[in-house]
Amino acid sequence: MRYGHNLALCEVTAEVPAGSVVGLIGPNGSGKSTLLKAVAGSVPLAGGSVTFGGKPLRELGGRVAYVPQREEVNWGFPVTALDVVMMGRYRALGWLRWPGRAERRAAEAALATLGLEGMAGRHISQFSGGQQQRIFLARAMVQEPVLVLLDEPFTGVDVQNRRVFHEQVRRFARAGVTVLVATHDLDEVRSTTTHVLLLNRRMVAFGRTATTFTPANLRAAFGGQVAVFEQVPVFEEAP
Amino acid sequence: MSWFTEPLQYGFMQRAMLEVVIIGALCGLVGCFVVVRGLAFIGDALAHAVFPGVVLSYIAGQSILVGAFGFGTLTALGIGLLSRSRRVSEDTAIGVIFAAFFALGVVILSRQGGFRRDLGSLLFGNILGISTQDVVVTAVIAGVVGLIVAALLKEFTLAAFDPVMARTLGYPVFGLDLLLLLLVSATIVVSLQTVGNILVLALIVTPAAAARLLTDRLLRMIGLSMGIAAAAGVSGLYVSYHAGTAAGATVVLCATVLFLAALVFAPNHGLLAGVMHRRHGRHHAHHYHPAGEEHGGGQAR
Repeated sequence: MRYGHNLALCEVTAEVPAGSVVGLIGPNGSGKSTLLKAVAGSVPLAGGSVTFGGKPLRELGGRVAYVPQREEVNWGFPVTALDVVMMGRYRALGWLRWPGRAERRAAEAALATLGLEGMAGRHISQFSGGQQQRIFLARAMVQEPVLVLLDEPFTGVDVQNRRVFHEQVRRFARAGVTVLVATHDLDEVRSTTTHVLLLNRRMVAFGRTATTFTPANLRAAFGGQVAVFEQVPVFEEAP
Repeated sequence: MSWFTEPLQYGFMQRAMLEVVIIGALCGLVGCFVVVRGLAFIGDALAHAVFPGVVLSYIAGQSILVGAFGFGTLTALGIGLLSRSRRVSEDTAIGVIFAAFFALGVVILSRQGGFRRDLGSLLFGNILGISTQDVVVTAVIAGVVGLIVAALLKEFTLAAFDPVMARTLGYPVFGLDLLLLLLVSATIVVSLQTVGNILVLALIVTPAAAARLLTDRLLRMIGLSMGIAAAAGVSGLYVSYHAGTAAGATVVLCATVLFLAALVFAPNHGLLAGVMHRRHGRHHAHHYHPAGEEHGGGQAR
C-alpha cells in the first residue's frame, strides 16, 4: 500500500481467522497505523486487497469499527460522549434519519458496560485519557462490528483502564468478532493476543502468538532497537 | 422608542433589516462548520477568489451573484481537488492562487471609469442599496443551504469529527467535503452585498466562534451562532443608521463585540469563569482549547 510518495508498507499477506485478536507489532513508522487505515479503507491501497469472509470490506458497510489514536481526535469538537457513541449507529440508521431513543439507549448501555454510566452528557474533553479511549470503544460496540481496529489504544493509559479495555477485547473475541490492535506494549502481547503480525515497513512475520512472538522475529522487526527490548521478560520464556 | 422605529419607516432599511437577518442565520449556520473544521483560511480564500466574478458581472451590468457563483463554484472545486493531492502544501497553494484571483479582479476593475467608488461598494458591501429581488434571492439560497445542511447534519458532523471512521463506514467523505465548500461558497456569495468581500469572513467565523464558547453541543452551537449573527446584523444596522457609519463594517464590529462578551462571560469557557475556578482552587477540566489539545493525558480525575 502506498501513502504519499513513499511505499509506507508493502507485502503484507495474512489470513486471520474470525474471532482472533491480532497484535500488530513493530517500531514507530513501521506501518502499523497505515495497515489499520488501509484495512479501514481510509488509506488507498497501491495494490492487493483486503477481504473479510471472502468479501471486500466495503460490503460490510458499518460493521468495521475503528478506534483512532488519541492524537488523531479533535477534542475541541462540540460533542458529548453520548454524541460520539451514537455515531456508531449512523450507518445503520442510513441517510436522512436521526438517532432516536433506541440509539440513545444502546449508546448509554455501551458506556455503562465500560464503566462510564452517568457521564454520557459530558463534553469529550472532560474525561481522562483512559476514559476517552473507552468512549471510542463504546462507539465500536454499538456498531455491532465484525471487525474492530484499535490504533495504539494503550498509549498513556493506566492499568485500570487497560483492564477494562482487555476485558472488552475478550468479549469481542468470544462473540466471534475479529480484533486488530496496533500496540507498543510488548509485555501484554502474550496474554492478550491470539496472533501477532510483526511489521517493519513490510511484513516480518505472522502467525499464532505462541509460535511467532519470538526473539528472532522481534529482532528482525525492531532491528537496531532490539537492545531495548531484550530486557523484556518475555524473552526468557521464549523457546 | 423612536430610536428603533424611525429607521424602519424607510423601505431601504426594511429590506436591509430583512437581509441581515437572513444572512445572519445563514452565516451563523455555515460558520459553525467552518469553525469546527478549521476552514477559516479556506473561507477567506473563497471570498477573495470570487472577486473577479463579482467585477465581471458588475461590468456586464448583471447581478453580482451570477459571476460570484461561477467563480465561487470553480474555486470550491479547485480547493477540494487541491486538498486531495499531496503534491503541494495546501495553504501555500491557496495563498498563491487566490490572492492572485483577487488582484485579477482589482486589475479588471481598474480598467473601468469610476474605479474608486465601485471598488468601495464591492469590497465593503452596499446593504442599504439592496433590492427586493436581492432579498428574495438571498432567502431562496439561504433556504436551500439550510435544507441541505439539515438533511446531512449527521454526515457532515461525522466527516468533520472523524473522517477516518466516516470513510470506514463507506461515506463519500470527499464528496461531503466538496459539498460543504460549495455551501460555504454560496454563503459567501450571497453575503457579499451585505458586508462585502473583505468582511464576509468575519460574519461567518465570529458568531460561530462566540457560540462555541457558550456551549459544548453542536446543535446548540448552531442555534446560538445563527442568533448571534442575526442580532449582530440588526444591531449593526441600527448603530450605523444613527451614528452614520458604514453599515457592513458596523455589523461586523457588533459581531466582534458579542464575541468578546462571550469570551469574557461564557459560563464555562469564559475568562471570568476561568478566574473564578482558579480562585476557588477547583481543577476544572472545562476550558476549551481551540487547537484541540486536551487535558488529563492518562491520569484519572
